[in-house]
Amino acid sequence: MVTQALSLTRSGLTDFIVQRVTAVILGAYMVVVLGFFLLGDAVTHARLVAFFGATPMQIFSTLAILSTLAHAWIGMWTIGTDYLRPAHVGAATIVRFIYQVGCLLALFVYLVWALSLIWL
Amino acid sequence: MKTDRPVNLQLFPQPFPALVSISHRITGVVLFVGVAFALYALDLAMSSPEGFAQAQAMLQQPFPAFVLFGLLFGLMYHFVAGVKHLLLDFHIGDTYPAARISAVTIVVVSILLTAALGVLIW
Repeated sequence: MVTQALSLTRSGLTDFIVQRVTAVILGAYMVVVLGFFLLGDAVTHARLVAFFGATPMQIFSTLAILSTLAHAWIGMWTIGTDYLRPAHVGAATIVRFIYQVGCLLALFVYLVWALSLIWL
Repeated sequence: MKTDRPVNLQLFPQPFPALVSISHRITGVVLFVGVAFALYALDLAMSSPEGFAQAQAMLQQPFPAFVLFGLLFGLMYHFVAGVKHLLLDFHIGDTYPAARISAVTIVVVSILLTAALGVLIW
C-alpha cells in the first residue's frame, strides 16, 4: 500500500487538473521560446538578454518555471508510486522517500537557478 | 488485503500503443533531467557576449549537439503525446482503433517536428 502523503495536492483529481493546466502553460511557453530561437533574426547575446529581460517575458518565464515544478513533481511522484512499491523493490517506502526527496531537491535547485536567470 | 494476489499481469511483449504510452513517461523523466542542461546553456549564453559565443561553440560539438537534439526530440514527443492526452480528456480518440492510429501519429509527428527543428537550427 502506497500513501499519497507527498503528492502535490494530496488529491488525485486536483493533481490531474494541475497536471493539465501546467501542461498547456508549458506548451505555450515552448512555442514562444522556440519561435524566438528559430524564427526571425539570428539570436545574439543582446537579443537574448532583451528577450528574456522584457517584463512580460519575465512574468511568463516565472509562470513556466513554477508550472515546471508542479508538472514535474506530479509526474515524478506518479512514477515513483507506480514502480517503487513493495511488489517491485525491497524497502520500498524508504527507497521511494529518498527518490522523492531527491526529486524535490533537484526541483528546488531548478527554481532558484531559473529565478536568478529571469530576474537578475 | 489479500496478500497472495498476483503482483504483475504478464503483459509482455507490449502492444505498440502501450510502448508509445510508456515513452511519454520516459521522455518526461528525460526532460526532468534535461532542464538542468537547458538552464546551464541559458545561464552561459546570458552571462556575457563571451559566454554566448562559448555556448554557441559548445552546442556545435558532436556530443552536446546530440544531447540538444535528443532533448528536442523528447520535448516534441512529450508535447505531441500530451496533446493526445488532452484530447482523450474530451473523449476524442478514446476508442481502441483510434488509439492505434494516434500511437502511430504521435511517433510520426514528433519525428517530423524534430526534423523541422533540426533544419531550422542547422
